[in-house]
Amino acid sequence: MTSIIEVEHLVKKFGDLVAVDDVSFDVAEGEIFGFLGPNGAGKTTTINILSTLMRPTKGKVTLCGHNVARRPNEVRRCIGMVFQDPSLDIKLTALQNMQFHTGVYSVPRDVAKERIRTVLEMVDLWERRNDTVQTYSGGMRRRLEIGRGLLHYPKVLFLDEPTLGLDPQTRFHIWNYILDLRKRLNITVFLTTHYMDEANVADRIAVIDHGKIIALDTPDALKRMVGGDVITLKTDNPEAAVAELKEKHNIEAQHGSEGIFFEVQNGEEFIPTLVKNFRSGLYSISMRRPTLDDVFIKLTGREIREEGGGEAVLMRAWAQRQASGGRGFH
Amino acid sequence: MKDNLHGVYIIWYRDILRFWRDRARMLTSMAMPILYLVIFGTGIASFLDRGEDFDYIAFIYPGIICMVVVLGSIMSGITVVFDREFGFLKEVLVAPISRTAVAVGKAMGGATIASAQGLIMLVFIPFADVQMSVASGFMLVGLMIVLALSLTSMGLFIASRIRSMEAFQAVMQLLMFPLIFISPVMFPVETLPGWLATMVKLNPVSYGVDAIRQAVMGVEASAPFGIELFGYRMSIALDVAVVATFGIIMLMLAIRSFRVQE
Ligand SMILES: Nc1ncnc2c1ncn2[C@@H]1O[C@H](COP(=O)(O)OP(=O)(O)O)[C@@H](O)[C@H]1O
Ligand SMILES: [Mg+2]
Repeated sequence: MTSIIEVEHLVKKFGDLVAVDDVSFDVAEGEIFGFLGPNGAGKTTTINILSTLMRPTKGKVTLCGHNVARRPNEVRRCIGMVFQDPSLDIKLTALQNMQFHTGVYSVPRDVAKERIRTVLEMVDLWERRNDTVQTYSGGMRRRLEIGRGLLHYPKVLFLDEPTLGLDPQTRFHIWNYILDLRKRLNITVFLTTHYMDEANVADRIAVIDHGKIIALDTPDALKRMVGGDVITLKTDNPEAAVAELKEKHNIEAQHGSEGIFFEVQNGEEFIPTLVKNFRSGLYSISMRRPTLDDVFIKLTGREIREEGGGEAVLMRAWAQRQASGGRGFH
Repeated sequence: MKDNLHGVYIIWYRDILRFWRDRARMLTSMAMPILYLVIFGTGIASFLDRGEDFDYIAFIYPGIICMVVVLGSIMSGITVVFDREFGFLKEVLVAPISRTAVAVGKAMGGATIASAQGLIMLVFIPFADVQMSVASGFMLVGLMIVLALSLTSMGLFIASRIRSMEAFQAVMQLLMFPLIFISPVMFPVETLPGWLATMVKLNPVSYGVDAIRQAVMGVEASAPFGIELFGYRMSIALDVAVVATFGIIMLMLAIRSFRVQE
């Protein structure tokens, strides 16, 4: 497989702050590559460098065969971008924003017209196309922004926290569309996220923390790193429960937002043993397969983000895609 | 090349679209110059009354047209600051159009709007009591466009180096007054004390005013407000050369500044 993105020893400093710290990776053509990490990890900075908006402090980045620092114009022709922060012209209408985009990306007029309609319908804004973006809600603007990035069928599509704040239904539609584009046109997707469910869509994930890549593998392989099942306990005295687990089962449990949790092999068999003679009061026990959240905790000892949720929806989108053999959406 | 022209067109078109949606604002920026025309044209004119052959309003009228064009031009830079603040600049900078096309498209957009504002000022011709031939009318339009392009480029260059709306507004306030008033817009400059005369001659707007006044009033009639450079009375062609040179330098600086944007 040929690499469409090659990053070698990339460093980006802002004064004394090292935002990206000696990062290297390759992305194959047609791959969905995810950057997973907490806020401030350096995801956006990396995307900004890859998309020519910032210059690397050190290191070499090649996109579509062109060096981003030396041949930015060639690189720009090959990429599409959905920014994390707003980048719409709110004084113009949705349609005008889209037309500007197909204009600067030289999409032929008749193709553009049809594609704008398809995309606006997909993000459910066709009816509102002649309203100025100023009158849109945050979610509508986000949908428009994502739709716009998909208009010119780039070879490499950058999505910086694309579905942040969108409802599951919309995320489902958007991901269906992106996965379909990939299937048809073999576009490469570079995704940053701190949503676990979104990261699951990726073929490979780089876990990034404090500007460094601390793990890089397929989502399944990363989850296997955690080993076993994750058991979460809610108890009236977490400290005592942690101590008791250590004493009786030699288990190092951790405190999390849901209660205390730990990993064991064969969780189904362990739970009855645990419950028998457990001195601390238990409210609930839950067991699940490891998620990418657990991977991050395993690697850093911290939780990646405050809230989770929505994983099921995207996994469903993903599964459907695989099963349907990728024929168009709707 | 064709791609670049297309890019210039798209950037230009968007600025026009945007302006059109907000066209009422244009009138607020023109209100002040119009007020000047009325107040100074009638008030000061009667006070100055130098006799039958001196018609003050005819002198300041072309100056006021320039004032409108200059204000409109440099204020157009605010669209860049606005785009940066609202993030749209990223959409522009990541697009596959050259930075030259971006800067030229922006300059042309701003200049089109500023020239249109200048054109609107022509409705005051009867009030200002000037006679213009069709030929000098066309000349006037051409000169307004040159002046507008030149100063829009300056506004663009300044805006490309400024991060916040407040800072841009502050810089503009500081610049606007000397640009407009240390020039022959309202009064003749050849009788000014040496240092002030030097400043007038360093101000590119002076040459725009001089050219436009010559086009509106004719070479002879505008002579009392004329400028001399190295003892040489500036002609329209020389004025245009000065304004255009200044504009080209500003545009090149703006393009360079767009190249190194982060
Ligand atoms: N333009 C900038 N100037 C200074 N510091 C910055 C700039 N952009 C990002 N940073 C800093 O770099 C680090 C990484 O930021 P970012 O790449 O935005 O993280 P992420 O996208 O993973 O949340 C943060 O500490 C952030 O404050
Ligand atoms: Mg970010």
